[in-house]
Amino acid sequence: MALLQVDDIHTYYGAIHALKGISIHVDKGEIVTLIGANGAGKSTTLNTICGVVHPRHGTITLEGEEIHRLPAHEIVMRGVAQAPEGRRVFGRLTVAENLEMGAFTRKDKEGIKRDLERVYALFPRLKERQKQLAGTLSGGEQQMLAIGRALMANPRLLLLDEPSMGLAPILVDLIFDTIKEINAQGTTVLLVEQNALMALSIAHRAYVLETGNIVLSGTGKELLNNPEVMKAYLGVE
Amino acid sequence: MLQNLRRRLSATTVVMWIIGLLLLAMVFWGSFQTLVSGKYSGRVWLDLIVFGIAQGSVYALIALGYTMVYGILRMINFAHGEVFMSGAYMGYFVATALENRGTLDSNLLLSLVLIVLGAVVTSVTIAVLLERIAYRPLRRAPRLVPLITAIGASFFLQYTFRGFFGSGVKGYPEAEGLKGTITLFGLQLLKTQVLVIVAAIILLIALYTFVQRTKTGKAMRAVSEDKDAAALMGINVDRIIVTTFIVGGSLAGAAGVLYSMLFRQVYFLTGFIPGLKAFTAAVLGGIGNIAGATMGGLFLGVAESLFPNLVLDGLGIPAPYQLKDALAFLLLVLVLIFRPTGILGERLATKKA
Ligand SMILES: Nc1ncnc2c1ncn2[C@@H]1O[C@H](COP(=O)(O)OP(=O)(O)OP(=O)(O)O)[C@@H](O)[C@H]1O
Ligand SMILES: [Mg+2]
Repeated sequence: MALLQVDDIHTYYGAIHALKGISIHVDKGEIVTLIGANGAGKSTTLNTICGVVHPRHGTITLEGEEIHRLPAHEIVMRGVAQAPEGRRVFGRLTVAENLEMGAFTRKDKEGIKRDLERVYALFPRLKERQKQLAGTLSGGEQQMLAIGRALMANPRLLLLDEPSMGLAPILVDLIFDTIKEINAQGTTVLLVEQNALMALSIAHRAYVLETGNIVLSGTGKELLNNPEVMKAYLGVE
Repeated sequence: MLQNLRRRLSATTVVMWIIGLLLLAMVFWGSFQTLVSGKYSGRVWLDLIVFGIAQGSVYALIALGYTMVYGILRMINFAHGEVFMSGAYMGYFVATALENRGTLDSNLLLSLVLIVLGAVVTSVTIAVLLERIAYRPLRRAPRLVPLITAIGASFFLQYTFRGFFGSGVKGYPEAEGLKGTITLFGLQLLKTQVLVIVAAIILLIALYTFVQRTKTGKAMRAVSEDKDAAALMGINVDRIIVTTFIVGGSLAGAAGVLYSMLFRQVYFLTGFIPGLKAFTAAVLGGIGNIAGATMGGLFLGVAESLFPNLVLDGLGIPAPYQLKDALAFLLLVLVLIFRPTGILGERLATKKA
Protein backbone atom coordinates (compact mmCIF):
# COMPACT_ATOMS: atom_id res chain seq x y z
CA MET A 1 0.00 0.00 0.00
CA ALA A 2 1.26 3.45 -0.88
CA LEU A 3 2.00 5.82 2.01
CA LEU A 4 0.05 8.56 0.27
CA GLN A 5 -2.57 7.88 -2.36
CA VAL A 6 -4.22 10.86 -4.06
CA ASP A 7 -7.11 9.77 -6.26
CA ASP A 8 -8.75 12.00 -8.86
CA ILE A 9 -9.04 15.12 -6.74
CA HIS A 10 -10.75 18.28 -7.91
CA THR A 11 -10.08 21.43 -5.91
CA TYR A 12 -11.78 24.76 -6.46
CA TYR A 13 -11.17 28.30 -5.28
CA GLY A 14 -14.68 29.68 -5.62
CA ALA A 15 -15.36 29.27 -9.34
CA ILE A 16 -11.71 28.60 -10.24
CA HIS A 17 -11.17 24.93 -10.99
CA ALA A 18 -7.56 24.65 -9.83
CA LEU A 19 -7.10 20.86 -9.76
CA LYS A 20 -8.90 18.92 -12.47
CA GLY A 21 -8.56 15.34 -11.36
CA ILE A 22 -5.08 14.79 -9.95
CA SER A 23 -3.94 11.26 -9.09
CA ILE A 24 -0.52 10.65 -7.60
CA HIS A 25 0.98 8.30 -5.06
CA VAL A 26 4.03 8.36 -2.86
CA ASP A 27 5.58 5.17 -1.49
CA LYS A 28 7.33 4.88 1.79
CA GLY A 29 10.96 6.02 1.62
CA GLU A 30 10.66 7.84 -1.71
CA ILE A 31 11.43 11.34 -2.84
CA VAL A 32 8.72 12.23 -5.31
CA THR A 33 8.73 15.56 -7.07
CA LEU A 34 5.99 17.58 -8.67
CA ILE A 35 7.12 20.05 -11.30
CA GLY A 36 5.18 22.47 -13.46
CA ALA A 37 4.85 26.07 -14.55
CA ASN A 38 3.55 28.92 -12.39
CA GLY A 39 -0.11 28.48 -11.60
CA ALA A 40 -0.17 24.82 -12.62
CA GLY A 41 -1.57 23.82 -9.24
CA LYS A 42 1.48 22.50 -7.40
CA SER A 43 0.88 24.42 -4.18
CA THR A 44 -2.82 23.66 -4.39
CA THR A 45 -2.01 19.95 -4.53
CA LEU A 46 0.12 20.16 -1.39
CA ASN A 47 -2.45 22.31 0.39
CA THR A 48 -5.22 19.88 -0.51
CA ILE A 49 -3.18 17.02 0.96
CA CYS A 50 -2.62 19.09 4.12
CA GLY A 51 -6.24 20.09 4.51
CA VAL A 52 -5.66 23.84 4.09
CA VAL A 53 -8.15 23.55 1.21
CA HIS A 54 -10.53 20.65 0.67
CA PRO A 55 -11.20 18.78 -2.57
CA ARG A 56 -14.70 18.84 -3.97
CA HIS A 57 -14.25 15.36 -5.48
CA GLY A 58 -11.75 12.58 -5.06
CA THR A 59 -10.06 10.90 -2.14
CA ILE A 60 -6.75 11.16 -0.33
CA THR A 61 -5.58 8.31 1.84
CA LEU A 62 -2.62 7.98 4.16
CA GLU A 63 -1.71 4.30 4.55
CA GLY A 64 -5.28 3.47 3.63
CA GLU A 65 -6.95 5.97 5.98
CA GLU A 66 -9.02 8.70 4.35
CA ILE A 67 -7.80 12.16 5.32
CA HIS A 68 -9.33 14.51 2.77
CA ARG A 69 -12.20 15.62 4.98
CA LEU A 70 -10.07 16.34 8.04
CA PRO A 71 -9.12 19.86 9.14
CA ALA A 72 -5.47 20.78 8.69
CA HIS A 73 -4.51 20.40 12.34
CA GLU A 74 -5.73 16.80 12.45
CA ILE A 75 -3.81 15.87 9.33
CA VAL A 76 -0.59 17.03 11.02
CA MET A 77 -1.33 14.67 13.90
CA ARG A 78 -1.50 11.82 11.39
CA GLY A 79 2.03 12.54 10.26
CA VAL A 80 1.95 14.93 7.32
CA ALA A 81 3.92 18.16 7.68
CA GLN A 82 4.55 20.91 5.15
CA ALA A 83 7.18 23.58 4.73
CA PRO A 84 4.96 25.94 2.75
CA GLU A 85 5.77 28.14 -0.21
CA GLY A 86 7.36 31.42 0.87
CA ARG A 87 8.56 29.84 4.16
CA ARG A 88 5.85 31.41 6.31
CA VAL A 89 7.96 31.29 9.47
CA PHE A 90 6.53 33.16 12.46
CA GLY A 91 8.61 36.32 12.28
CA ARG A 92 7.92 37.52 15.81
CA LEU A 93 8.69 34.19 17.40
CA THR A 94 12.24 33.11 18.03
CA VAL A 95 13.87 30.30 16.07
CA ALA A 96 13.44 27.97 19.06
CA GLU A 97 9.78 28.96 19.45
CA ASN A 98 9.14 28.32 15.76
CA LEU A 99 10.57 24.84 16.14
CA GLU A 100 8.48 24.31 19.26
CA MET A 101 5.37 25.20 17.23
CA GLY A 102 6.38 22.58 14.69
CA ALA A 103 6.05 19.99 17.46
CA PHE A 104 2.75 21.48 18.67
CA THR A 105 0.69 18.30 18.54
CA ARG A 106 3.30 16.10 20.18
CA LYS A 107 3.45 15.05 23.80
CA ASP A 108 6.53 12.80 23.76
CA LYS A 109 9.13 15.03 25.38
CA GLU A 110 11.97 12.62 24.65
CA GLY A 111 11.07 12.35 20.98
CA ILE A 112 10.77 16.12 20.65
CA LYS A 113 14.21 16.56 22.17
CA ARG A 114 15.67 14.00 19.80
CA ASP A 115 14.10 15.69 16.78
CA LEU A 116 15.31 19.08 17.92
CA GLU A 117 18.81 17.68 17.98
CA ARG A 118 18.24 16.17 14.56
CA VAL A 119 17.17 19.56 13.17
CA TYR A 120 20.10 21.37 14.79
CA ALA A 121 22.45 18.74 13.37
CA LEU A 122 21.01 19.22 9.89
CA PHE A 123 21.10 23.02 10.19
CA PRO A 124 23.80 24.10 12.67
CA ARG A 125 23.03 27.69 11.67
CA LEU A 126 19.65 27.43 13.39
CA LYS A 127 21.27 26.29 16.60
CA GLU A 128 23.45 29.39 16.68
CA ARG A 129 20.38 31.56 16.19
CA GLN A 130 17.97 29.85 18.59
CA LYS A 131 17.06 33.02 20.46
CA GLN A 132 16.84 35.28 17.42
CA LEU A 133 13.47 36.40 16.05
CA ALA A 134 12.71 34.43 12.90
CA GLY A 135 11.79 37.65 11.08
CA THR A 136 15.38 38.80 11.32
CA LEU A 137 16.87 35.68 9.68
CA SER A 138 18.16 35.73 6.11
CA GLY A 139 16.07 34.11 3.39
CA GLY A 140 18.19 30.97 3.40
CA GLU A 141 18.02 30.66 7.18
CA GLN A 142 14.26 31.12 7.08
CA GLN A 143 14.03 28.27 4.59
CA MET A 144 16.11 26.07 6.89
CA LEU A 145 13.79 27.02 9.72
CA ALA A 146 10.69 26.24 7.66
CA ILE A 147 12.04 22.77 6.85
CA GLY A 148 13.24 22.23 10.41
CA ARG A 149 9.89 23.31 11.79
CA ALA A 150 8.10 20.78 9.59
CA LEU A 151 10.54 18.07 10.69
CA MET A 152 9.69 18.80 14.31
CA ALA A 153 6.33 17.13 13.71
CA ASN A 154 8.33 13.95 13.07
CA PRO A 155 6.27 13.42 9.91
CA ARG A 156 5.81 10.21 7.98
CA LEU A 157 5.48 12.41 4.93
CA LEU A 158 7.27 15.73 4.48
CA LEU A 159 5.87 18.15 1.91
CA LEU A 160 8.24 20.83 0.63
CA ASP A 161 6.92 23.67 -1.52
CA GLU A 162 9.69 25.34 -3.54
CA PRO A 163 12.40 25.18 -0.89
CA SER A 164 14.99 26.62 -3.30
CA MET A 165 12.96 29.70 -4.19
CA GLY A 166 14.98 32.90 -4.11
CA LEU A 167 18.17 31.31 -2.77
CA ALA A 168 21.74 31.76 -3.99
CA PRO A 169 23.09 28.72 -5.91
CA ILE A 170 25.35 27.63 -3.08
CA LEU A 171 22.39 27.58 -0.69
CA VAL A 172 20.28 25.73 -3.25
CA ASP A 173 22.91 22.99 -3.25
CA LEU A 174 22.90 22.91 0.53
CA ILE A 175 19.11 22.65 0.70
CA PHE A 176 18.98 19.82 -1.86
CA ASP A 177 21.78 17.95 -0.08
CA THR A 178 19.84 18.29 3.14
CA ILE A 179 16.64 16.99 1.50
CA LYS A 180 18.55 13.91 0.38
CA GLU A 181 19.92 13.49 3.88
CA ILE A 182 16.48 13.84 5.46
CA ASN A 183 15.22 11.20 3.07
CA ALA A 184 18.18 8.94 3.84
CA GLN A 185 17.27 9.21 7.54
CA GLY A 186 13.93 7.62 6.65
CA THR A 187 11.52 10.48 5.96
CA THR A 188 9.41 10.25 2.82
CA VAL A 189 9.43 13.49 0.81
CA LEU A 190 7.01 15.04 -1.68
CA LEU A 191 8.85 17.95 -3.26
CA VAL A 192 7.42 20.76 -5.37
CA GLU A 193 10.02 22.67 -7.35
CA GLN A 194 10.60 25.26 -10.04
CA ASN A 195 14.18 24.12 -10.23
CA ALA A 196 13.28 21.04 -12.28
CA LEU A 197 16.86 20.00 -12.98
CA MET A 198 17.80 19.75 -9.32
CA ALA A 199 14.48 18.24 -8.31
CA LEU A 200 14.52 15.55 -10.99
CA SER A 201 18.09 14.62 -10.20
CA ILE A 202 17.37 13.80 -6.56
CA ALA A 203 13.85 12.36 -7.05
CA HIS A 204 13.02 8.69 -7.34
CA ARG A 205 9.88 9.52 -9.29
CA ALA A 206 8.28 12.65 -10.68
CA TYR A 207 5.03 14.07 -11.99
CA VAL A 208 4.58 16.98 -14.37
CA LEU A 209 1.60 19.21 -13.70
CA GLU A 210 0.02 21.49 -16.27
CA THR A 211 -3.03 23.68 -15.53
CA GLY A 212 -4.50 21.32 -12.99
CA ASN A 213 -3.73 18.04 -14.78
CA ILE A 214 -0.92 15.50 -14.53
CA VAL A 215 0.51 15.32 -18.04
CA LEU A 216 3.58 13.16 -17.50
CA SER A 217 5.06 10.87 -14.91
CA GLY A 218 8.03 8.58 -14.56
CA THR A 219 11.29 8.13 -12.72
CA GLY A 220 13.46 11.18 -12.20
CA LYS A 221 15.92 9.92 -14.80
CA GLU A 222 13.25 9.27 -17.42
CA LEU A 223 11.86 12.77 -17.11
CA LEU A 224 15.32 14.33 -17.13
CA ASN A 225 15.87 12.74 -20.53
CA ASN A 226 12.39 13.40 -21.87
CA PRO A 227 12.62 15.89 -24.79
CA GLU A 228 9.38 17.68 -23.85
CA VAL A 229 10.49 18.12 -20.25
CA MET A 230 13.90 19.28 -21.45
CA LYS A 231 12.30 21.90 -23.62
CA ALA A 232 9.61 23.11 -21.25
CA TYR A 233 11.29 22.91 -17.86
CA LEU A 234 15.01 22.52 -18.32
CA GLY A 235 15.45 25.23 -20.95
CA VAL A 236 17.19 22.80 -23.33
CA GLU A 237 16.24 23.12 -26.99
CA MET B 1 15.71 68.38 -4.46
CA LEU B 2 13.22 71.08 -3.61
CA GLN B 3 10.64 69.17 -5.58
CA ASN B 4 11.42 66.10 -3.60
CA LEU B 5 10.84 67.98 -0.39
CA ARG B 6 7.63 69.47 -1.72
CA ARG B 7 6.32 66.07 -2.64
CA ARG B 8 7.00 64.75 0.81
CA LEU B 9 5.48 67.71 2.60
CA SER B 10 1.94 68.13 1.33
CA ALA B 11 -0.04 71.13 2.53
CA THR B 12 -2.18 69.04 4.89
CA THR B 13 0.84 67.47 6.52
CA VAL B 14 2.29 70.90 7.20
CA VAL B 15 -1.00 72.20 8.65
CA MET B 16 -1.29 69.06 10.78
CA TRP B 17 2.17 69.49 12.17
CA ILE B 18 1.54 73.14 12.94
CA ILE B 19 -1.63 72.22 14.82
CA GLY B 20 0.29 69.51 16.63
CA LEU B 21 3.04 71.90 17.65
CA LEU B 22 0.50 74.46 18.83
CA LEU B 23 -1.20 71.85 21.01
CA LEU B 24 2.14 70.80 22.41
CA ALA B 25 2.99 74.44 23.14
CA MET B 26 -0.34 74.83 24.93
CA VAL B 27 0.37 71.78 27.05
CA PHE B 28 3.73 73.20 28.09
CA TRP B 29 2.43 76.70 28.65
CA GLY B 30 -0.54 75.47 30.69
CA SER B 31 1.60 73.19 32.85
CA PHE B 32 4.13 75.95 33.35
CA GLN B 33 1.46 78.42 34.45
CA THR B 34 -0.12 75.95 36.86
CA LEU B 35 3.18 74.94 38.41
CA VAL B 36 4.38 78.53 38.77
CA SER B 37 1.09 79.58 40.38
CA GLY B 38 1.67 76.90 43.05
CA LYS B 39 -2.07 76.49 43.36
CA TYR B 40 -1.92 72.77 44.15
CA SER B 41 0.18 71.12 46.82
CA GLY B 42 2.40 68.10 46.31
CA ARG B 43 -0.24 66.08 48.12
CA VAL B 44 -2.81 66.90 45.41
CA TRP B 45 -0.43 65.90 42.64
CA LEU B 46 0.35 62.62 44.37
CA ASP B 47 -3.34 61.83 44.76
CA LEU B 48 -3.99 62.64 41.13
CA ILE B 49 -1.13 60.47 39.94
CA VAL B 50 -2.05 57.49 42.10
CA PHE B 51 -5.68 57.74 41.05
CA GLY B 52 -4.51 58.05 37.45
CA ILE B 53 -2.44 54.89 37.72
CA ALA B 54 -5.34 53.02 39.32
CA GLN B 55 -7.80 54.06 36.65
CA GLY B 56 -5.15 53.51 33.98
CA SER B 57 -4.61 49.92 35.20
CA VAL B 58 -8.29 49.28 34.63
CA TYR B 59 -8.10 50.80 31.15
CA ALA B 60 -5.07 48.63 30.47
CA LEU B 61 -6.87 45.44 31.50
CA ILE B 62 -9.79 46.24 29.19
CA ALA B 63 -7.48 47.42 26.41
CA LEU B 64 -5.72 44.05 26.43
CA GLY B 65 -8.97 42.39 25.36
CA TYR B 66 -9.34 44.74 22.41
CA THR B 67 -5.75 44.36 21.39
CA MET B 68 -5.56 40.57 21.67
CA VAL B 69 -8.73 40.02 19.66
CA TYR B 70 -7.49 42.50 17.09
CA GLY B 71 -4.15 40.73 16.95
CA ILE B 72 -5.82 37.42 16.18
CA LEU B 73 -8.84 38.37 14.07
CA ARG B 74 -7.93 41.85 12.80
CA MET B 75 -11.29 43.06 14.04
CA ILE B 76 -12.33 45.55 16.70
CA ASN B 77 -14.60 43.82 19.19
CA PHE B 78 -16.67 46.87 20.01
CA ALA B 79 -18.84 44.83 22.36
CA HIS B 80 -15.84 44.33 24.64
CA GLY B 81 -16.97 47.30 26.77
CA GLU B 82 -20.13 45.33 27.48
CA VAL B 83 -18.14 42.23 28.36
CA PHE B 84 -16.52 44.44 30.99
CA MET B 85 -19.89 45.89 32.08
CA SER B 86 -21.42 42.45 32.52
CA GLY B 87 -18.57 41.54 34.87
CA ALA B 88 -19.07 44.72 36.86
CA TYR B 89 -22.79 43.91 37.11
CA MET B 90 -22.26 40.37 38.34
CA GLY B 91 -19.68 41.70 40.78
CA TYR B 92 -22.33 44.06 42.08
CA PHE B 93 -24.86 41.25 42.57
CA VAL B 94 -22.40 39.04 44.38
CA ALA B 95 -21.12 41.94 46.50
CA THR B 96 -24.63 42.97 47.50
CA ALA B 97 -25.59 39.42 48.40
CA LEU B 98 -22.46 39.09 50.50
CA GLU B 99 -23.08 42.40 52.19
CA ASN B 100 -26.58 41.34 53.16
CA ARG B 101 -25.20 38.24 54.81
CA GLY B 102 -22.50 40.23 56.51
CA THR B 103 -19.75 38.23 54.77
CA LEU B 104 -18.37 41.26 52.97
CA ASP B 105 -17.24 42.77 56.26
CA SER B 106 -16.47 39.60 58.19
CA ASN B 107 -14.45 37.79 55.53
CA LEU B 108 -13.06 40.25 53.01
CA LEU B 109 -10.69 37.89 51.23
CA LEU B 110 -13.34 35.22 50.60
CA SER B 111 -15.74 37.93 49.47
CA LEU B 112 -13.26 39.37 46.99
CA VAL B 113 -12.55 35.92 45.58
CA LEU B 114 -16.28 35.24 45.12
CA ILE B 115 -16.93 38.65 43.57
CA VAL B 116 -14.06 38.29 41.10
CA LEU B 117 -15.06 34.71 40.31
CA GLY B 118 -18.65 35.73 39.56
CA ALA B 119 -17.51 38.64 37.42
CA VAL B 120 -14.93 36.64 35.47
CA VAL B 121 -17.27 33.73 34.76
CA THR B 122 -19.97 36.13 33.51
CA SER B 123 -17.61 38.14 31.30
CA VAL B 124 -16.00 35.02 29.86
CA THR B 125 -19.40 33.50 29.08
CA ILE B 126 -20.51 36.61 27.24
CA ALA B 127 -17.20 36.96 25.39
CA VAL B 128 -17.28 33.34 24.24
CA LEU B 129 -20.94 33.56 23.18
CA LEU B 130 -20.14 36.69 21.18
CA GLU B 131 -17.35 34.91 19.36
CA ARG B 132 -19.41 31.80 18.70
CA ILE B 133 -22.69 33.45 17.69
CA ALA B 134 -21.80 36.87 16.32
CA TYR B 135 -18.26 36.69 14.95
CA ARG B 136 -17.34 33.16 13.91
CA PRO B 137 -19.93 32.93 11.10
CA LEU B 138 -18.48 36.17 9.70
CA ARG B 139 -14.84 35.10 9.78
CA ARG B 140 -14.52 35.27 5.99
CA ALA B 141 -16.79 38.27 5.44
CA PRO B 142 -15.42 41.71 4.49
CA ARG B 143 -13.92 43.49 7.47
CA LEU B 144 -16.71 46.03 7.82
CA VAL B 145 -19.30 43.31 8.46
CA PRO B 146 -18.01 41.98 11.80
CA LEU B 147 -17.33 45.54 12.88
CA ILE B 148 -20.96 46.52 12.37
CA THR B 149 -22.05 43.28 14.03
CA ALA B 150 -19.87 44.13 17.03
CA ILE B 151 -21.48 47.54 17.38
CA GLY B 152 -24.90 45.89 17.12
CA ALA B 153 -23.92 43.30 19.74
CA SER B 154 -22.75 46.11 21.99
CA PHE B 155 -26.15 47.85 21.86
CA PHE B 156 -27.93 44.53 22.22
CA LEU B 157 -26.07 43.80 25.44
CA GLN B 158 -26.54 47.31 26.83
CA TYR B 159 -30.28 47.25 26.35
CA THR B 160 -30.65 43.64 27.45
CA PHE B 161 -29.06 44.64 30.76
CA ARG B 162 -31.27 47.68 30.92
CA GLY B 163 -34.30 45.52 30.25
CA PHE B 164 -33.44 43.08 33.02
CA PHE B 165 -31.95 45.35 35.63
CA GLY B 166 -33.42 48.78 34.90
CA SER B 167 -31.75 51.98 33.88
CA GLY B 168 -30.93 53.23 37.38
CA VAL B 169 -27.42 53.57 38.72
CA LYS B 170 -26.67 50.94 41.35
CA GLY B 171 -24.37 51.82 44.21
CA TYR B 172 -21.68 49.25 44.91
CA PRO B 173 -21.45 48.20 48.52
CA GLU B 174 -18.21 49.14 50.25
CA ALA B 175 -16.37 46.65 52.35
CA GLU B 176 -15.41 47.81 55.84
CA GLY B 177 -11.88 46.51 55.32
CA LEU B 178 -11.34 48.64 52.22
CA LYS B 179 -12.35 51.97 53.67
CA GLY B 180 -9.80 54.64 54.41
CA THR B 181 -6.12 54.82 53.76
CA ILE B 182 -2.98 52.84 54.24
CA THR B 183 0.56 54.17 54.58
CA LEU B 184 3.08 52.68 52.17
CA PHE B 185 6.66 53.92 51.80
CA GLY B 186 5.67 56.97 53.80
CA LEU B 187 2.84 57.79 51.41
CA GLN B 188 -0.77 57.87 52.55
CA LEU B 189 -2.82 56.04 49.91
CA LEU B 190 -6.43 54.97 49.55
CA LYS B 191 -6.77 51.24 50.20
CA THR B 192 -9.02 50.66 47.20
CA GLN B 193 -6.56 52.32 44.86
CA VAL B 194 -3.66 50.27 46.19
CA LEU B 195 -5.70 47.08 45.83
CA VAL B 196 -6.63 47.97 42.24
CA ILE B 197 -3.03 48.67 41.28
CA VAL B 198 -1.65 45.55 42.95
CA ALA B 199 -4.34 43.33 41.41
CA ALA B 200 -3.70 44.80 37.98
CA ILE B 201 0.05 44.22 38.29
CA ILE B 202 -0.53 40.57 39.25
CA LEU B 203 -2.90 40.06 36.32
CA LEU B 204 -0.50 41.71 33.89
CA ILE B 205 2.39 39.53 35.03
CA ALA B 206 0.19 36.46 34.71
CA LEU B 207 -0.80 37.48 31.20
CA TYR B 208 2.77 38.12 30.07
CA THR B 209 3.89 34.80 31.46
CA PHE B 210 1.03 33.06 29.70
CA VAL B 211 1.65 34.69 26.32
CA GLN B 212 5.44 34.50 26.42
CA ARG B 213 6.12 31.20 28.14
CA THR B 214 3.29 28.72 27.67
CA LYS B 215 2.76 26.64 24.58
CA THR B 216 -0.77 27.98 24.15
CA GLY B 217 0.52 31.54 24.48
CA LYS B 218 3.10 30.92 21.79
CA ALA B 219 0.46 29.32 19.59
CA MET B 220 -1.64 32.43 20.11
CA ARG B 221 1.18 34.59 18.80
CA ALA B 222 1.70 32.21 15.90
CA VAL B 223 -2.00 32.33 14.97
CA SER B 224 -1.99 36.12 15.13
CA GLU B 225 0.83 36.16 12.59
CA ASP B 226 -0.34 33.55 10.11
CA LYS B 227 -3.41 31.38 10.58
CA ASP B 228 -2.78 28.98 7.70
CA ALA B 229 0.83 28.40 8.71
CA ALA B 230 -0.34 27.86 12.29
CA ALA B 231 -2.87 25.27 11.11
CA LEU B 232 -0.03 23.52 9.27
CA MET B 233 1.72 23.17 12.65
CA GLY B 234 -1.31 21.27 13.93
CA ILE B 235 -2.62 24.24 15.90
CA ASN B 236 -6.40 24.25 16.16
CA VAL B 237 -6.96 27.85 15.12
CA ASP B 238 -10.58 28.00 16.26
CA ARG B 239 -9.62 26.80 19.69
CA ILE B 240 -6.90 29.43 19.97
CA ILE B 241 -9.38 32.12 18.96
CA VAL B 242 -11.79 30.98 21.67
CA THR B 243 -8.90 30.98 24.15
CA THR B 244 -8.17 34.57 23.20
CA PHE B 245 -11.75 35.57 23.95
CA ILE B 246 -11.56 33.69 27.25
CA VAL B 247 -8.38 35.48 28.29
CA GLY B 248 -9.69 38.88 27.17
CA GLY B 249 -13.01 38.19 28.91
CA SER B 250 -11.31 37.21 32.17
CA LEU B 251 -9.27 40.40 32.22
CA ALA B 252 -12.39 42.44 31.42
CA GLY B 253 -14.35 40.72 34.21
CA ALA B 254 -11.59 41.42 36.71
CA ALA B 255 -11.40 45.00 35.40
CA GLY B 256 -15.15 45.30 36.01
CA VAL B 257 -14.66 44.55 39.69
CA LEU B 258 -11.66 46.86 40.02
CA TYR B 259 -13.47 49.69 38.23
CA SER B 260 -16.42 49.28 40.59
CA MET B 261 -14.09 49.55 43.55
CA LEU B 262 -12.81 52.88 42.26
CA PHE B 263 -16.10 54.39 41.19
CA ARG B 264 -18.54 52.43 43.37
CA GLN B 265 -21.40 52.36 40.87
CA VAL B 266 -22.67 50.32 37.95
CA TYR B 267 -25.43 50.70 35.35
CA PHE B 268 -26.16 49.48 31.85
CA LEU B 269 -23.93 52.09 30.20
CA THR B 270 -21.00 51.45 32.54
CA GLY B 271 -19.09 49.75 29.73
CA PHE B 272 -19.54 52.46 27.17
CA ILE B 273 -17.11 55.25 28.05
CA PRO B 274 -14.47 53.04 29.72
CA GLY B 275 -14.73 50.72 26.71
CA LEU B 276 -14.06 53.57 24.31
CA LYS B 277 -11.22 54.82 26.45
CA ALA B 278 -9.65 51.39 26.64
CA PHE B 279 -9.97 51.19 22.87
CA THR B 280 -8.21 54.56 22.71
CA ALA B 281 -5.51 53.17 24.97
CA ALA B 282 -5.10 50.15 22.71
CA VAL B 283 -4.76 52.38 19.64
CA LEU B 284 -2.41 54.66 21.54
CA GLY B 285 -0.06 51.76 22.25
CA GLY B 286 -0.43 50.26 18.78
CA ILE B 287 -3.41 47.96 18.35
CA GLY B 288 -2.44 44.31 18.40
CA ASN B 289 0.48 44.99 20.72
CA ILE B 290 0.13 43.73 24.30
CA ALA B 291 2.83 45.88 25.89
CA GLY B 292 1.41 48.83 23.95
CA ALA B 293 -2.07 48.35 25.37
CA THR B 294 -0.68 48.26 28.90
CA MET B 295 1.33 51.42 28.41
CA GLY B 296 -1.49 53.13 26.52
CA GLY B 297 -3.91 52.37 29.35
CA LEU B 298 -1.61 53.69 32.04
CA PHE B 299 -0.73 56.76 30.02
CA LEU B 300 -4.37 57.57 29.31
CA GLY B 301 -5.36 57.01 32.94
CA VAL B 302 -2.66 59.30 34.28
CA ALA B 303 -3.16 61.90 31.54
CA GLU B 304 -6.87 62.04 32.18
CA SER B 305 -6.28 62.46 35.88
CA LEU B 306 -3.50 65.04 35.62
CA PHE B 307 -4.25 67.10 32.54
CA PRO B 308 -7.34 68.97 33.74
CA ASN B 309 -5.51 70.37 36.75
CA LEU B 310 -2.09 70.56 35.22
CA VAL B 311 -2.76 71.96 31.76
CA LEU B 312 -6.29 73.26 31.46
CA ASP B 313 -6.27 75.03 34.79
CA GLY B 314 -3.10 76.85 33.83
CA LEU B 315 -4.73 77.96 30.59
CA GLY B 316 -7.50 79.55 32.64
CA ILE B 317 -10.22 77.16 31.51
CA PRO B 318 -13.06 77.05 34.03
CA ALA B 319 -14.24 73.69 35.45
CA PRO B 320 -11.38 71.79 33.75
CA TYR B 321 -12.34 68.43 35.22
CA GLN B 322 -15.46 68.32 33.03
CA LEU B 323 -13.23 68.23 29.98
CA LYS B 324 -11.37 65.04 30.85
CA ASP B 325 -13.41 62.83 28.50
CA ALA B 326 -13.03 65.30 25.65
CA LEU B 327 -9.32 65.17 26.32
CA ALA B 328 -9.16 61.38 26.09
CA PHE B 329 -10.80 61.38 22.71
CA LEU B 330 -8.76 64.33 21.48
CA LEU B 331 -5.78 62.13 22.25
CA LEU B 332 -7.31 59.35 20.12
CA VAL B 333 -7.77 61.70 17.19
CA LEU B 334 -4.23 63.04 17.52
CA VAL B 335 -2.72 59.57 17.61
CA LEU B 336 -4.71 58.52 14.59
CA ILE B 337 -3.48 61.56 12.70
CA PHE B 338 0.16 61.63 13.71
CA ARG B 339 0.97 58.03 14.44
CA PRO B 340 -1.77 55.71 13.21
CA THR B 341 0.30 52.66 14.18
CA GLY B 342 0.41 53.80 17.81
CA ILE B 343 3.42 54.24 20.02
CA LEU B 344 4.72 50.67 19.78
CA GLY B 345 2.87 49.69 16.60
CA GLU B 346 4.85 47.78 13.99
CA ARG B 347 8.07 48.49 15.76
CA LEU B 348 9.01 44.89 15.19
CA ALA B 349 8.72 45.08 11.44
CA THR B 350 9.44 41.62 10.12
CA LYS B 351 12.23 41.77 7.65
CA LYS B 352 11.22 40.46 4.26
CA ALA B 353 14.13 38.34 3.16
N1 LIG C 1 -6.29 31.40 -2.63
C1 LIG C 1 -6.59 31.35 -3.95
N2 LIG C 1 -7.72 31.94 -4.41
C2 LIG C 1 -8.03 31.87 -5.72
N3 LIG C 1 -7.28 31.28 -6.63
C3 LIG C 1 -6.17 30.66 -6.24
C4 LIG C 1 -5.75 30.68 -4.87
N4 LIG C 1 -4.60 30.00 -4.78
C5 LIG C 1 -4.30 29.58 -6.01
N5 LIG C 1 -5.24 29.97 -6.90
C6 LIG C 1 -5.25 29.68 -8.34
O1 LIG C 1 -5.15 28.30 -8.52
C7 LIG C 1 -4.25 27.98 -9.57
C8 LIG C 1 -3.13 27.09 -9.06
O2 LIG C 1 -2.33 27.85 -8.14
P1 LIG C 1 -1.11 27.24 -7.33
O3 LIG C 1 -0.71 28.23 -6.34
O4 LIG C 1 -1.48 25.88 -6.88
O5 LIG C 1 -0.01 27.14 -8.48
P2 LIG C 1 1.50 26.71 -8.35
O6 LIG C 1 1.69 25.62 -9.33
O7 LIG C 1 1.88 26.46 -6.97
O8 LIG C 1 2.21 28.00 -8.91
P3 LIG C 1 3.61 28.69 -8.46
O9 LIG C 1 4.69 27.95 -9.16
O10 LIG C 1 3.50 30.08 -8.98
O11 LIG C 1 3.69 28.61 -6.99
C9 LIG C 1 -3.77 29.31 -10.13
O12 LIG C 1 -4.54 29.60 -11.26
C10 LIG C 1 -4.06 30.29 -9.03
O13 LIG C 1 -4.36 31.55 -9.55
MG1 LIG D 1 3.10 27.38 -5.65
